Order: sequence, then structure tokens, then C-alpha cells
Amino acid sequence: MSKLEIKNLHVSVNTDQGPKQILRGVDLTISSGETHAVMGPNGSGKSTLAYSVAGHPKYEITDGEILLDGANVLEMSVDERARAGLFLAMQYPVEVPGVSVSNFLRTAKTAISGEAPALREWVGDLKTAMKNLRMDSDFTERNVNEGFSGGEKKRHEILQLELLKPRIAILDETDSGLDVDALKIVSEGVNRAKANTDLGVLLITHYTRILRYIQPDFVHVFVAGKVAEQGGPELAERLEAEGYDRYLKASA
Amino acid sequence: MAQHGIKEHSHGAGVPIQTRNERPRSTSIEDFAEVSKLQEIWRYLPIDKLKGLTQSVIGELTEDSVEIKLAEGVTANWVETTKAKVGSAGLPEDRIAAIAWTNASKTLVIDVPKELEQSQPSFVVIKPNSDAATAAHILINVGTHAKTTIVLDHTGLGVLGENVEIVLGDESTLNFVTIQDWDKGSTHVSTQFAKLGRNSNLRHTVVSLGGDLVRVTPAVELSSPGAEINMYGVYLADSSNYFEHRPYVDHIAENCKSNVAYKGALQGVGAHTVWVGDVLIRETAVGTDSYELNRNLLLTAGARADSVPNLEIETGKIEGAGHASASGRFDDEQLFYLQARGLNETEAKKLVVRGFLSEIIQKIEIDEIEQRLIGAIELELEKVGV
Repeated sequence: MSKLEIKNLHVSVNTDQGPKQILRGVDLTISSGETHAVMGPNGSGKSTLAYSVAGHPKYEITDGEILLDGANVLEMSVDERARAGLFLAMQYPVEVPGVSVSNFLRTAKTAISGEAPALREWVGDLKTAMKNLRMDSDFTERNVNEGFSGGEKKRHEILQLELLKPRIAILDETDSGLDVDALKIVSEGVNRAKANTDLGVLLITHYTRILRYIQPDFVHVFVAGKVAEQGGPELAERLEAEGYDRYLKASA
Repeated sequence: MAQHGIKEHSHGAGVPIQTRNERPRSTSIEDFAEVSKLQEIWRYLPIDKLKGLTQSVIGELTEDSVEIKLAEGVTANWVETTKAKVGSAGLPEDRIAAIAWTNASKTLVIDVPKELEQSQPSFVVIKPNSDAATAAHILINVGTHAKTTIVLDHTGLGVLGENVEIVLGDESTLNFVTIQDWDKGSTHVSTQFAKLGRNSNLRHTVVSLGGDLVRVTPAVELSSPGAEINMYGVYLADSSNYFEHRPYVDHIAENCKSNVAYKGALQGVGAHTVWVGDVLIRETAVGTDSYELNRNLLLTAGARADSVPNLEIETGKIEGAGHASASGRFDDEQLFYLQARGLNETEAKKLVVRGFLSEIIQKIEIDEIEQRLIGAIELELEKVGV
């Protein structure tokens, strides 16, 4: 059983015009097995929340705390956070030229578990995970994210999620740029990870479409760097019908 | 476009040499001006690190400081330079090469007999174990239709002025690798010449890993039709290294191909690499296909990579001619992505550097050299964490 607690989180980012406050007091708690959808209009700070939890150096935490099972996440380096069980599925994963997917995945698995995985078992796990995500076996010979289509990039992120077996995963707009078939495949992957490892999920999205395939337990609406409203899955349905206008008017 | 040979003595009036072809060629030291940063060919070089190599009289590499391990059928003999066919592949274009030429009374002649196909590599390991300036001359003859691999490996401590000549017979193939893996305190100026026979194929790879000053200038003459040269380079420089590589391809005959690709990674304050790639396509070189590339990855602040591609084309009747040069910093987003997958900074850099250099490393096709290079990358990047 794991618990990620985000308390009163204030985050700013440095811009050419000086520091800009993006998150203004976010409170969220995600436990194992739970799925939390964070929804909101562009610029509301959803991605900033994702990157702040993962530890991207661009974001400065000005107040508040992040705890994973009571341990202070803000004191950990990026790789320490990953090894502690946090995972961020990136919206724009970067290319790593000359590094094959196969080499990358094995290196990451070794780093996360502290020892190289047993070869036979690893090859089997990789094969199964790739088959489940409808990825060709020659995919592992390609260089990480080089020349990947949008759909391939997202499937590769979810492949890592399934293989690295984190405790809490943040999915940053994993649904963006996917056609409905790819969306279904990716969602199945997330649901498998939930079923197999009791994963806690923080699912960041602009649209309600993905929530038809990944059932949220809680929905949080982000506006201007804060949670403006939260509720159960019914809140997503209401957003589907009404959009974000109601919140934007209120905050204006 | 860089100018060549500014104020070079043979153009006494100070007229800059406008084409690579106009550089003087001679084995006489007196035909060249003293080494000076005012000349383009020395402009980047830390001249104080040349040690004794600029003196007119220097010692000579002894036979017992060269270990030779040859594949069956390949022969090596020390021959008096006056009796060896030196100059077959080219003549010095600078003073240090002329000094080395003049001071090497013996030449190590390596012969690959015609029609010999030998997949086992031959190794020539040079270990002077001295910081006295010495001269060396090596001549490699590859016979018609022969095919093999030769590795020239420089290790230990040394201050070496070296001329290497490679002559490829018609239809022959050579995979040649020169490794500069010197200890601290070493200086190495290696002038290499290659002359390719009709339809012959040379793969020339430069691997520079260690040495206070390493300068390798491989010049290739494509004077017979249908010849193909691939020039590769891979280097790993830290604060203690200055590496300079100046590949030159001279397209003279018709339908020849050249491809030059050098990649290097640098780290640490004062790490400095220089790459000047010259390609000359003469009026006679109809049907030439040519490309040159240099890429540098700067892992830390304070490292410097100079990269200058020069392309001179005197005919329009060619298949292609291109060049690319780029030097970039280690990407913060790449680092973040890999760290977010559990790799610490050192592991992430190792992975990225290996990936960056892999394109060239794979071209060497000699397993033990590839492994040694990968080991060197591991070792070098352990230092970064400090």
C-alpha cells in the first residue's frame, strides 16, 4: 500500500520576465489502486504538477510538500524519485540517438530494481508486454523515440510503465495525439498495470475521452493553478457536457 | 570558409593559399617555415606542448619499442628509409612531418601480398616509454586484390613524430585503424598518407583517447578511378587532452567515393578538440560522390570543440558533395528523461555518449577494439561525477 501526498504545493517557473507562479496551493492524495483524473483547460498547471512531482529542474517549489509513504520527495533527485516508485509517462518523450529500446529498457529496469533482471525472465516479460501493446518485435532494435510516431511514443511510455512496475504513475496527457484504436491499446496497458501491481494513477488530461477506457475514482478540476472542484466520475460527465467555461468565468 | 596557409613561406609575398592543392610538398625541413600559430595549419595548436618535435634533429623510434603481431601471410620488415619506397603515398606538407621524415633512418614496411584475403587483424603496437622526441616512418603496401585489417596502436608514454603511408593496390580492401591511447605527458603528431588504386577500398578510422597533444592529419589521394574511402574518427577528450584531426580527401580521378564522419565527446575545463575536414574535388574528378561530417557532444561547461568543414569543388559534374558540422551540449531534457527512469547522472551520460558514438564504433568491426572503446567511455564518464 502506497500513498503520494501533495500538500499546499506552490510552484513557479523562471521565464524571461522573471519567475511566474503556476501552482498556487495544490492538495491531492493518491493511494495504491486509486485512479485520479486531473482535468483542466490549457495553462491551468496540470503538466507543471506532473513535472514538479517528477523533479524537473525547471520548476521551483516555493511552498508546500510532496510525500511518498511519508518520505520527503522534494529532497530526492530525479532518479531517486523514480527508484522510490514514482513514474511519469511523458507527453513529449525525447529522442536518445544511438540507444536501442532494448538497451534502454534493460538499463532502466536494472537501475530501478538495483540489479540486472534475470535474462530469460526479462526477455519473456518484454515479449509479453510488447505483444499486449501490439508492438512489433523489431521495435526493440530501434533507437529510443527516434522517428517514432505519436502513437508509438505513447505505447513506448506505457511499455515502460508495465515493465518498471512503479507504485504511483503520473500520466501526462497520454491520450493526446492518439487515434481511438491507439487510445484503447494504451488504456488497456494502464488498466493491466493497475490490476497487476495495484498501481495508483494520476491521470492528467484535457479531454474526457480517455476516461471512457480508464475509469477514474476521483476527478479534480484544475483552474489557475488550484483544484477548483473535485468529485467522482460524474464530474467528468458534467465537464463533457459543459466544458470548462463555468470555471473560467468564475476565476476571471 | 577558412583560409589555408596564411603567410606560408613559399608564397613569400604573404598571399594566402586559396586552394588546398597549392600547399608545398617536400621532405626537406628547410622548405617549411618554423611552426607558428600565424599559419592556418598550426593556428589552434598549443605549441608549447609539441615538446621536442619542432627540433630539426630528433631521435628515432627503436625496433624494440614496437610490438608486431601479424596475421598469417602479412610481413613486416625494418628497411633503411633510403631503400624503402617512401613517398609512394604522399609527401609532407608541413615542417613537423618533414622533421619526422628526415629523422627516421629506418622504415617499418608492412606488406600484404597480392590476393591475400586475411580476416584476422594485424597489430602494430607502438610503446616508446620515453618522453624524448622520436621519429617513426611506417609504410603499408596492400597488394592487388588483397583484403585485410591492420591496427596501429599507440600507448604508454611517448613524444612521437610519425609518418604513415598506405598504398592500396588495384581492387584491394583495407580496414585500417589508428589508435592514440597515450599516457599523460605524451605528444603525438601523426601525418598519414593514403593512395588508392583503381576500385580499391580503404576504411581509415582514427580513435583518439589519450595524450596531452594528439594531431592526426590523414590525407587521401584518390587518383585512380572507382576508389572508395571511408574516413571515420571517434574521440573522447577531457581536461588533459588536446586532439586535432584534419582529414583531407583529394578527388582527382573519376567516379570515386569519399565519406568522412568524425564524432567526439568532450568533458572538463580545458578539454579541446579541433576538426578541420578538407575535401577537394578537382576538375578531373567527374562523377565524384562525397560527404563529410563532424559532430561533437560537450558534456560539461569549459570544453571547446572547433569544427571546420572545407569543401572546394572545381567541377559541376559530380554525383554529390555535402558537409555537416555540429557541436551541441548534453541535452538537459535527455538527462531528465533518463533520470526519470531511474538512471543516475553518470549512468545517463554513459548511455547517451555510447549512443552518440555508436554509429562510428560499429564501423570498426574489430570486436576487441570496440570493447576497448566502450570500456574507455565507461572509465572516462566515471570521472564526471566528481
